[in-house]
Amino acid sequence: MHRFLGHYYLSDMQRKIALKPITLLLFLLTFMSYGQEGHSEENLLEGSKSDKETEMKEYILHHLKDSYDFGLYSYDTEEGETKHVGFPLPVILWDNGLKVFMSSKFHHGEEVAAVDGSYYKVFHSKIYKVDGPNGTIHLDEHGHATNAKPLDFSITKNVTLIFMVFVILFFMFKQMAQSYKKNNNLPMGIGRILEPIVLYVRDEIAIPNIGEKHYKKYMSYLLTVFFFVWIVNLFGLTPIGMNVTNNIAVTLCLALITYIITTFSGNKNYWAHIFWMPGVPWPMKIILAPIELLGTFIKPFALMIRLYANITAGHIVLMSIIGMMFIFNNWIGSSLSFVLAFVLAILELLVAVLQAYIFTVLSALYFGMAVEEHHDEAH
Amino acid sequence: MEELFGGFSLGLFIWQAILFIALILLLKKFAWKPILDSVNDREEGIKNALESAEKARLEMENLQADNQKLLKEARAEREAMLKEARDMKIKMIEDAKDEAKETAGKLIAQAQATIETEKKAAIADLKAQVANLSIEIAEKVVRAELSNKDKQEKLVESMLDDAKLN
Repeated sequence: MHRFLGHYYLSDMQRKIALKPITLLLFLLTFMSYGQEGHSEENLLEGSKSDKETEMKEYILHHLKDSYDFGLYSYDTEEGETKHVGFPLPVILWDNGLKVFMSSKFHHGEEVAAVDGSYYKVFHSKIYKVDGPNGTIHLDEHGHATNAKPLDFSITKNVTLIFMVFVILFFMFKQMAQSYKKNNNLPMGIGRILEPIVLYVRDEIAIPNIGEKHYKKYMSYLLTVFFFVWIVNLFGLTPIGMNVTNNIAVTLCLALITYIITTFSGNKNYWAHIFWMPGVPWPMKIILAPIELLGTFIKPFALMIRLYANITAGHIVLMSIIGMMFIFNNWIGSSLSFVLAFVLAILELLVAVLQAYIFTVLSALYFGMAVEEHHDEAH
Repeated sequence: MEELFGGFSLGLFIWQAILFIALILLLKKFAWKPILDSVNDREEGIKNALESAEKARLEMENLQADNQKLLKEARAEREAMLKEARDMKIKMIEDAKDEAKETAGKLIAQAQATIETEKKAAIADLKAQVANLSIEIAEKVVRAELSNKDKQEKLVESMLDDAKLN
């Protein structure tokens, strides 16, 4: 039965980890609701603030979404024109043949792009096919576009960042590996900072959860996922402000790899615990089998949602508080928002590494369950 | 849930999958394996070094214990030898003394015997000389006594007196 205990222990641990950010968030929320109340009073005096608020909300939601060009920032000129600073990225579509063009053709979503006789338009950060050069997006009653969607393999902003992280991680750790060779198994330069972290992943995450016997074959994945999630999260906090892990596609991919590795490394004991739980009466075995089977899917699903939700929520709150600075537009409210944003940004730095840690620990735990040897005394 | 998966982008998923799996494989080959191997090697090295140091320390201790033992033995042996030598010395001296005493006793006895003999001889000699001298003196006295007639008669008379007495 100790697998059940394992679950309880796990949820307990998660609770402990989650408790502190939650308290802090609650604390912050009281501030926020207070701020909003004050704001609604102000609304009576100034109607224009409401527009600003909607604009802010739009901006935040837009910011959280992927985009087809690498925008650094945008500003309004005196003539009322919006200028975008950044560079276009390649758009790759599969629509009766491969279509590759630069995202500059969309003019930041304002124009229809004509490619080889087909016309495409960006609507809510997605590419839709339109009829002609002046074609429009047709909406249904829920506000969803009904236009055809081509298969989209574009190098979006997020893909660019993933690639950047790819390059950074690869060269960083390659250099570290080389410094070991040159320096008689001692790290040099960046390796001195990275080695304790690598050893932490090995000694505190992999070995305790998976066990001395099997941990080696999972090290590559655990280390990669830890550093990938961490660096990607940190990039999300930079002013470039691209959040890769607030895309469900990315977290799904990571969770899916964890699920696949767990499933393929599951031994006889692991499957026995799922389909024919030892040590319980047979009617219970029949009831437990579907629950346990469902559990194998829920675990990676929870991994996916946890990472996605933490990062997305963190960014929404952080950006909302930054936005409140402009909505308050007075020295008390704005400075308070600034302090809050500062504190929250520090918290987000912690969350960045914490989420990477949790993802890695839980992955290691699932691998550990999959390769666990049978223990008679445990039942 | 719809909001959640409405944002799902297949393109991003595929790119992420390709890049991430490629990253795992590349890092495994070029980074994780060499790094972990190096760290393992180093840890093994440190462990071995510590073990051999411990071994050397134990050996050193053993050696020192051996040395101590040897030293102790050597000391005891020296002590024994010295004792033997002392005993031998005492014995030799005793023996020498005894021998000397014996020899001295013998010499003394010999000397005494010789002295006795000499003495006897000397006494005998002296006796002989005294007898001779007495006879010579007596001859001279008798001659002087017998030079006139009166004296001869007197002597004969005194001698006769002596002879009567005997």
